Order: sequence, then structure tokens, then C-alpha cells
Amino acid sequence: MNIVVNQNSTVGFLAILPEILLAILAVAVVMLDVFTPASRRRLIGWVASIGMFAIALVTLFIPLPEPGSQLVLGGMLRHDVLAQFFVVVTLVGAALACLISMDSPGIGKLGEFYAILIVATIGACLISAAADLVMVFIALETLTISLYILAGFLRDNSRSAEAGMKYFLFGSFTSAIMLYGFSLLYGFTQNTNIYAIGQVLRTLPFVAADGTINVNITLPILLAMLMITVGFGFKISAVPFHFWTPDVYEGAPTPVTAYISVASKAASFALLTRFFIIVFQGSEPTRVMVQLVAVLAVATMTVGNLLALPQRNIKRLIAYSSIAQAGYALVGVAAAISTSETGAGVAAVGFYMAMYVVTNLAAFGVIILFANATGSETIADFAGLSRRNIGLALVLTIALLSLAGIPPAAGFVGKFFLFKAAVDANLTWLAIIGFLNSIIALYYYLVVIKVMFVDRSEDEKKAIPISFPYALALGITTICVILLGTLPQTVFEWATRAAQGL
Amino acid sequence: MLVTIILAVLIIASLVLLLFVNENQGQEARSIAILATMITLVLSVVIFLQMNQPGNLAAAQSNAGTGRSYFVDELNIPWIPSLGIGYHVGVDGVTAPMILLTGIATFCGVLISWRITDRTREFMAFFLLLAAGVYGVFVSLDMFLLFFWYEFAIFPMYLLIATWGWVERREYAAMKLTLYILIGSVFALVGLLVLYFSMGAFFSDLAHPERLATLRQVLNNPTATAFSFDFSHFEIASRWAQLANGQPGPFDVASIGGVSIARFWFPFIFIGFGVLAGLFPFHNWSPDGHVAAPTAVSMIHAGVLMKLGAYAALRVGVQLLPEGAKVHLPWIILLALINVVYGAFIAFRQRDFKYVIGFSSVSHMGLVSMGFASMNLVGMTGAGLQMFSHGAMTALFFACVGMVYDQAHTRDIPSLGGFGKKLPFVATAFVFAGLVSMGMPGLSGFIAEFPILSGVFQGPIVNPATLQLTYTPTFNYYPYIAILSALGIIVTAAYVLRVAQQVFGGEFNEARFPGVKGVTLTDKFAIVLLAGSLLFVALFPNVMSSMIKSGMAPVVTALQQNAPVGR
Repeated sequence: MNIVVNQNSTVGFLAILPEILLAILAVAVVMLDVFTPASRRRLIGWVASIGMFAIALVTLFIPLPEPGSQLVLGGMLRHDVLAQFFVVVTLVGAALACLISMDSPGIGKLGEFYAILIVATIGACLISAAADLVMVFIALETLTISLYILAGFLRDNSRSAEAGMKYFLFGSFTSAIMLYGFSLLYGFTQNTNIYAIGQVLRTLPFVAADGTINVNITLPILLAMLMITVGFGFKISAVPFHFWTPDVYEGAPTPVTAYISVASKAASFALLTRFFIIVFQGSEPTRVMVQLVAVLAVATMTVGNLLALPQRNIKRLIAYSSIAQAGYALVGVAAAISTSETGAGVAAVGFYMAMYVVTNLAAFGVIILFANATGSETIADFAGLSRRNIGLALVLTIALLSLAGIPPAAGFVGKFFLFKAAVDANLTWLAIIGFLNSIIALYYYLVVIKVMFVDRSEDEKKAIPISFPYALALGITTICVILLGTLPQTVFEWATRAAQGL
Repeated sequence: MLVTIILAVLIIASLVLLLFVNENQGQEARSIAILATMITLVLSVVIFLQMNQPGNLAAAQSNAGTGRSYFVDELNIPWIPSLGIGYHVGVDGVTAPMILLTGIATFCGVLISWRITDRTREFMAFFLLLAAGVYGVFVSLDMFLLFFWYEFAIFPMYLLIATWGWVERREYAAMKLTLYILIGSVFALVGLLVLYFSMGAFFSDLAHPERLATLRQVLNNPTATAFSFDFSHFEIASRWAQLANGQPGPFDVASIGGVSIARFWFPFIFIGFGVLAGLFPFHNWSPDGHVAAPTAVSMIHAGVLMKLGAYAALRVGVQLLPEGAKVHLPWIILLALINVVYGAFIAFRQRDFKYVIGFSSVSHMGLVSMGFASMNLVGMTGAGLQMFSHGAMTALFFACVGMVYDQAHTRDIPSLGGFGKKLPFVATAFVFAGLVSMGMPGLSGFIAEFPILSGVFQGPIVNPATLQLTYTPTFNYYPYIAILSALGIIVTAAYVLRVAQQVFGGEFNEARFPGVKGVTLTDKFAIVLLAGSLLFVALFPNVMSSMIKSGMAPVVTALQQNAPVGR
């Protein structure tokens, strides 16, 4: 093994500066909770949200070390463009999630809610940069354990409690399987650093000199690969590890659902992309890995979309749609692993996650506002929304069109980049399945849009008020969705640089 | 620059409508919409006249020998340079009439929609967005941009039909239309991506640096990149055999099953777009969509939107993959023949006034595909003329149907009758459109259909021996197709006359249809404008025909010259 670890402690400090600032912010939010009078408790949410926006801004300006010396803190983290990209995306997602939490009953005015959310974000940021099996596991658990608490935050509400419990059982089970996979990898390579593991794997004699497959090495490594895929598959809710998703999304407080569906998913994709490419690419099992990810992608897209069709609850619909969205992104991952030039695939995944974060938050913002005003999450109750508040209807329309991949919303460009990468990697069949799936998806998104614009309801005259933080969040996300869809150049180039620096 | 202004005006006007107009301000919404479409109509006429300049026509003609199109009003701005995507727009001899048609149809659409009172603001805003999408496809010279607008147009279309359409069928029809069109475009898009990558790999091949050098020299652009979605790059790639003395080009590379990329992907691209042109057997969405849509949307839909499909199939399919076209169009012409004849017979059988016109569009659009498949200059020019003529004619038809329906509240043909006495203006317009539709000599329908049929009769000027195909038909069946499709034209005359006689002739039932009033001034204005544009083609056939010829000539050159290389 010959990986170069940057020993400079300043570089190490700068690498975890966002996480340090987040920890300070978490403490500050808890302190603020104690000293804020009941009349001004929205302040807590504002501090959390603006704080995270500011940290995202700081992250943009943290200087990166030279390529080749980006492994810092004893090889625990890799301080590179990919990490920076996903840290910013995660932080923006988390900050927007705080904005849309503020008026949510039972959670919006509590300091501990924001503190746990910030701790979860620390985990998410560390995941994006993790370069060591130990770090991967610690960061994943920091994120996931915080999310268990958040999902069950409304403990007097039986659905929320059920969501937390279900999430916990599923999560701990898959974590254990993943950990077993890690230990197998460690056993065969005597390394915990994933860059070192990748190097060792490329030298292992998977195929013996006489052309026969060396079962004693191949089988355990494939087993490790499968087990790790189980763990990651749970985090991104890929089929068949998706069963928790609809129940947790429906039961958890809606801002938490929004957070789980974007920040946690984006960070997990950063980890998954980095891990699969660094560890498995170039070695003999790559072909198996491509097949595995491609099959996973097809299953995730198709099952997610087909199960979304009959849904009546908007949160369950978005849950299944988010499963399908993970499937599209997996197409990019498969494309990235299968070629030696990983740039296009990884860049497409990065761009897709950035656009997915803002898009989904726009959708959830509208859903929360609507539920706060009417107490309903049933799709049929969205009837007449375009007459009640055309702004809300338009924002949700743009978000759904973006998820469906219709221009000028960002999803069109995002899907185009993903499937373009697939065609480039000679996975044309996968691109066709992806496109066809996005048409299935268009059906159920259009049904929601139809309900908002076409169907009439008795409540048409009742306006839906929008408070300032929500207006801000919806404005930011909508503008981002349109900008990413019409002027994608800047973000895409950033994602490309991230991919090249992997 | 003008086309960009058109797009900007339409999008800005729709944003203004959605964001700044109060929902009760219907009159303001109408005024903004009519103002925006009036500006775009004027600009469209200016673009048409610009293309019609003798200098431009001559330049286009002389350019045709190289097999490359000549564009006016070009604008090329980098958009996503790292992928070779640019905002590249321009107009040539094929698209200039389409621009004019879109301008007329959208302006008349707003006029016809004057009486819409349910959420006028949203209707007008989505209508303008639809118009922007349609314009965008016609002017795009970047294939990514073309797809962008193509899919952009779908969503406002869906909402317009689903919200303001005919209550009984609108949701079903809107969804069916959207899914059909998008599924078609998926295959076209994947095909296009394959072309993009094979072209990029071809030009960036380090073993052949002269390829990129030649590309840059032909484009006269020293910084042109190998990977690009620009139309001119694809054009050069498809004409590589001529440029490099018979060397195989990027689309001659073997693809799946050992068939060359051009031959393998041509049907996917042509038929993928052909779905929107109503190509059999994927025409099924179109009558339902036409019937369910509100009048103005039917006009845009049948009048302009179906031409988008035909145009994209021509530009991306036939022009970029002439090798594939020569192999596949000889069987695709059979689908077009079914369109023409079967569509006419189905139209004859309909009881619903609007379905008659809906199926007549299927039949007439078949003539456009047939003109493409003739693969010679006469037939293809006819196809271009037919796109314009049918666009204005069917818009006029739908306007007439809408006016009758608004008064009678039924479209059941046998129960209508005598409306000629009550609505003489509409009756005249309908009969005029009917005469155009059945190809009456001297009218624009004849001017378009005659060249198509004579082009098909001549057959493709391609030497079958050079194709080296095992499945080249041993005899030239093109003349028989021309003869058979004349059958469709006869049936067209039958159903048009039947409808005209039953709806407008006969006794008027005063008790059944009380309170029928004449049509409003805005309606009359729209009818006059549409009929006037048809008369223009009829009176000055040479203007449009020579312009379309200058646009089709490079396509025909490509079809005739391209030497068969590879498989």
C-alpha cells in the first residue's frame, strides 16, 4: 500500500472546518432554546438556517490541498472537490429544511429539533469526504441515529413513533450487514483506507494463471461487495431495501421527511459513488459490480415508479418517486463504474443530486404549507389549489415537472446528463429503460398537476396563507430549479471537476 | 436575432400573465396575449420576407450542392460548452414557412379564444408557452436545444387540453397524447445520443487528427470541438463520404447486429418523431387529442404541432442519416399510404363533426410523410408545401367547427343542419377549406398534393444497384403507391362534401337550436386571416414553392450523392 497522507495539521483543520462550525452551531441553537421567550421562538429556526447557509458559503472558500495530497487526518477523510460539492449541497438542503420546519406543529419551535438536525448534517458532511472504513461507519451512524430520533420526534403521534421504530430496526439491521462486509474487505486487504483497499484489490489474483477463477478470493470479495451494497442500498432506498421508505416518509414529521429524502440521500450518493469507484473499479469484480448496480438501478426505477402509480397520499407518492429518483442516479453510478473515464457519470450523479435536493424541497415546502392550512395530505384534496393560491400550484407544478424531467425545470438536464453518460458507457439499454421509466413517472406527476388545475373543490375560496420563511424557501428553490434547468453550466462544471478529482 | 426576440416575447408575456395579472382581469390577459402574438406574427412575416430575399434564395440554392443547409437570422451562443451544447438558432427555406404558419395560427388562436372566460389568464399564459415551444423547435439548430423545446411544448399542451378541453374526454385524451409523444421522443433522443457519441469519438480519434482539422476547416471555426450537438457538426458527419473521398463517416460504423449506425437508428429517430406527425400505427392519440382540445388548441395542435413531428423527422432523421433514409423510407412509405387511405375512410365513417377533421389530419399528414419518402426534390418540396397548406387549412377547419359547436352545443353531424343560413360566413369558410382539403386545382391543397403524388410516381432518384441490399425490391412500386393514395383524395372529397351538405345545407331546426347568433368580429378576422394565407399560396405558388425547394435541395443532394459505405 502506498497512499500519501497529508500530515499538515492546518490542512486537516480546514478539511473539517464545516463540521466544527456545525458543532458550534448545534450548541448555540440549544443554548438559544433556553434563553428565547416563547413569543420569539422562530428565531431558533432562523439561526439554524442562516447559520448553515453561512457555513455552506464558508465551505466554498476553503482552499483545497494539491491533488495527490488530499487524504487528511491520517487518511480518515479526503478533502477534495467531490467532498466540497456534496458538503455544500447537503448544507443548502439542510438550511432549506430548517426554513420549511419553522411553522411545523410540534417541532418548529424546539431548539433540540434543530440541534439534532445539525448533528445529522455533521454526519452527512463527513460521509461525503470519508475515505476510511472506520470513518464511513462512524459518519453513517452519526447521520442515521440522528435520523431515527428525528423520524420519531412526535412521540405522542403513533405514526411518527412507528416511523422512528421502523427506520431504526431496518437501519440497524442493514448497518450490521454492511459492517460485516467491511470486515471481510479488511480481512482480505489488511487495510481500512478505501484508497489502499482499492490498490490491493487491483493486485489480488482473482483469476489464476491457468485462467480459472480463484474461488477462495473471488467469492468472499463478491460477498463483501453484496453486503456493502445492502447497507448503501438502504441509505438511498434502492429496491429491494426500500420497504421502510413509504412508511417512514408518511409517518415522520414532513420537514424530517424532506430532510431524509434530500440531504441524507445526497450524502449517501456521494459516499456510494466514491466507495464503489475507488474500491471496485479496475479490479476483476468490476464487471460484476456494473451488472449489480445496473440491475439495482432498473429494479429501483421500475418498482418505485410502478408502486407510485396507485398512491393517494402525496407523501407516499413522493416517497415512491424518491425511490425511483435514486434509481435514475444509480444509472449514472453504473455508467461511472463501467468506463475508465468516470468523469461523465460521476458529474451527472452530482448534478442530479444537486437538482434533486432543491426540487424535492420545493415540493415538500408546498406540501407542508398545504397540510398546515388544511390538515390533509391526500392528493384529491389538492383539487382547486390553482384557484386557492396560484403561486403554490405553480411551485409544486415546477417541482413535479422537474422530477419528471420536463424542461425548463432542472430535471430535464439532470436526466439528460445521466442517460447521456449511460449511452457513452455502452449501456444504451439502461438509458432506454431510464427514459421509459421517466414517462411512467410523468403519468403520476401529471395526475397531481391535473388535480390542482382541473379538478374543482368546495374550498376554492379559502386562500392558503404563506408565511415569510416559507415564501423564502419556495422562492429560493424554484429559482434554483429553473436556473439549474436553463443555465446548468456552472454547477455542471463544478460537478465535473469533482468527478475528475476523485 | 429576430427568432430570439419572438421566443423572449412569448415567454416574458406568459410570465407577466402568471405573475402580475390579477385572476379577475380577463380583458387585460387577452390584451397582453393578443399584443404578444401580434408582435410575433409581424416578426414571423419579417423572417419569411428575409428568407424570401433573392440573395438568400440564390445563396441557399448554390449551397445545396454541398448538401448543407443555408440559414438566415442565425445566432450561436455557447450554452453548456463543455458538452458542445449551444443556443444556436436560425431559419432556412423549410422552416421559414413554418414560422409564418406558427405566427398566423397562434395569433388566430388568441382571437378565437376571445370568448374563454374560465381562468383566461392561465389559458393565455399556457397558450403562449405552447407557442414558444413550437417556435423553439422550428428554429433550433442545436439538437439538444431542439429536444429542449420539443419537450417544453408538451406540458402546456397537456394542461390546456386537460383544463379547458371537452369535458367528457379531456383528461383521457390529454394524458394519451402526452405519453404517446414522449415515448416516441425517447427513442429519438437515445438515437441522437448514439449519433453524438459516435461522432465525438470519430472526430476526437487521436489516430486521425486530420478529421478534426477537416471539420474545423469546413466549419470555418478553428475552435470547433469534436463532441457537439450543433446541427452543422452532424451535417458534416453525415456528409463525410463526400468530404473525405469516400471514406466511411462516423455513422457508417457498425452498430448493433453489424448494421451501420445510420441504418440501425434511422427508424427509431424517424418514427420516434413521426408519432407526433400522426404516422400509422402511432396516430391513435391524434384524433382524440384534437377533439378533446379547446378550439384554439386544436388549431395549434393539428395546424402546427403535428408539423413539429414531421419537421424533426426530416431534419434529424432524413437529413442527418441519408444512408438510413434510403434503406428505410421505402417501407415507411407504406405506413404513410395507410395513413392517407385509412385515415380518409375512418374520417368518412365519423358522426362527430370534430372527429372528421381529426382523422382528416391523419390522412393529410400521411401525404407529408409520403412526400419525404419520395426522396426527390419534387416530392419533398410538395411535402413542405403540404405542411404549410394543411396547417392553415386544418386550423380554419377547427375554427369553423368550434364556431358551430359554440352555437349548437353538439357536434353530432346528423342532428345538425341548415347552419349555412344562420352562419353564412362560417359556411363559406368551411367550404373553402374543404375545397383546399380535397385538392381542388388552383388552390393550395392541389399545389401541395400534386407535386407529392408526382414525386412519389417518379420514385427515388437513387440507383438501387449502389445500395447493395439483399432486400431491395425487385420492381419499383412507387407508382402504385401514388395511384393508391389518389384513392384517399377521392374519399376526402366525399367526406368533406357530406359534412358540408349535412351541417350547412338542409333545413335549419329553429326549435332544436334556439338563439343562434352570427359570429363575432374577432372570429371573422381570424377566419379571413387563415383563408387569406391559403389564398396567398394559391395565388403566388412560386413564392413558397421556390423557398421550400431551396430548403429541401440540400436534403435531396445528401440522399442522392451519399455513396454507400460500410454496411
